[in-house]
Amino acid sequence: MDDPSDINQTRRGIMIGGALSVTAAAMPGVGAAQTAGPGITPAPAAVTPAPVTHKVALRVNGQRVEANVDTRTTLLDLLREHLHLTGTKKGCDQGQCGACTVMLDGRRVNSCLSLAVMHEGAEVTTIEGLGTPDKMHPMQAAFVKHDGYQCGYCTPGQICSAVAVLDEIRKGQPSHVTADITQRPLLSVDELRERMSGNICRCGAYSNIIDAITEVGGKA
Amino acid sequence: MKAFTYQRPTSPAEAAAAVMKVPGARFIGGGTNLLDLMKLEIETPAHLVDVNGIGMDKIEPTRDGGLRVGALVRNADLAADMRVRRDYGVLSRALVAGASAQLRNKATTAGNLLQRTRCAYFYDPYQPCNKRVPGSGCSAIGGYTRSHAIVGQSEACIATHPSDMAVAMQLLDVSIETVRPDGSARVIPIADFYRLPGNTPHIENNLAPGELITAVTLPKPLGGKHFYHKVRDRASYAFALISVAAVVQPDGSGRVALGGVAHRPWRVAAADQAMAQGAQAVTAQLLAGARTTEDNAFKVPLVQRTLASVMAEARKA
Repeated sequence: MDDPSDINQTRRGIMIGGALSVTAAAMPGVGAAQTAGPGITPAPAAVTPAPVTHKVALRVNGQRVEANVDTRTTLLDLLREHLHLTGTKKGCDQGQCGACTVMLDGRRVNSCLSLAVMHEGAEVTTIEGLGTPDKMHPMQAAFVKHDGYQCGYCTPGQICSAVAVLDEIRKGQPSHVTADITQRPLLSVDELRERMSGNICRCGAYSNIIDAITEVGGKA
Repeated sequence: MKAFTYQRPTSPAEAAAAVMKVPGARFIGGGTNLLDLMKLEIETPAHLVDVNGIGMDKIEPTRDGGLRVGALVRNADLAADMRVRRDYGVLSRALVAGASAQLRNKATTAGNLLQRTRCAYFYDPYQPCNKRVPGSGCSAIGGYTRSHAIVGQSEACIATHPSDMAVAMQLLDVSIETVRPDGSARVIPIADFYRLPGNTPHIENNLAPGELITAVTLPKPLGGKHFYHKVRDRASYAFALISVAAVVQPDGSGRVALGGVAHRPWRVAAADQAMAQGAQAVTAQLLAGARTTEDNAFKVPLVQRTLASVMAEARKA
């Protein structure tokens, strides 16, 4: 039987080792001087190259934002890590769950599958821009009223998506369940379920979410 | 994700030239597939050329009564265009059967054509895959093959093409317009666009290096009734196990294409000829020489039954 304290010591040892190796890597000159003999070209030091950065300016919830970001930064990470707008959630980080849904130039998108640098001049609205605890968006109020969540992690994405669904139906965009695609779609439960299929709720609050959207849609 | 440099060109020709300048450069449009693959380091471009903001985003009528769809027209906008809904229903249906609304708002026409396979072994960097690392072997062969190809596959690769839109486009005989790095343009009929895997499954289409898709042209409308029936494990937001795209004329003639069965959207001239003879005859032509596994043999009867349901629906008033 392993003693848990051994495990802790081992892990601590690994952490110290890791920290030391990072330090060594950060001082390539020292490492190279120790290993390279006379006339031997020093091996390239294992230094993490400086990130490639690029400037981007956009508007987030009505405010102008300028950032010089690593080109790899997704729109989601720009929102959460740089702007500290943590209402938008990172779920799967691969476009399958919808937790990161935001409005980009008035249309819902997965912010995890989008690079920040690709949105120069864009207008982004996150859950924080839809409403506040004191002045909730009607969709937020309806989610509260109908208990459209359990743990709440998917909720910001669900609400952004739900607001977009009503807009898309209003504009007459067809869906997979629209019986006649040359006609305007209906505001039916089947339409809402299909249109919300890009937002997964692990708690299974789907029926209450549909109730909330139906109520707001009926008023619109 | 591997680090990369980033560039916004100002014209399609400049974009094509820019991709040729930097080894390992790629175009990025909607990014919904490329970024996913970059996070897994299956795609590792050194440089991205962002083709957004250089036009190519309109749907315009052509002189012969068709439609010219810009490469950057988003899937959601193409599906919602009233001309497409009215005259090319199979295309609108195929588009809304794919992905989620969020993805369709970003995904582009050209990017959808160029989607990589969703084969789980291609997506797993720890397994050999000839498409990901040429010559490394195929992990799907002898593996779990429920979603894999039943026609046109090779000893090197049994992956399927994941697109719904491309199946409808194959049915409609669209043309793909491109610009090459030297600035010259050409038109590729979709029948000559996709490749079977053969010994080079990593080469999926006949675009030359640096060649950029600028538009897709739909020929004049076919008339008839349009169908896109997609069969999948969930009611929504899942890739096809199989799909049937069809246009059926009042006399029972028509054309048909399949998704989910091959490395490319699948169309057979003899199957179109057999349309009036019923689902069994058409399936026999479409899937002649099919090679199935225990996992995916169900696709053959599934194609026939889905086709039968399409034909029954077509016969309704």
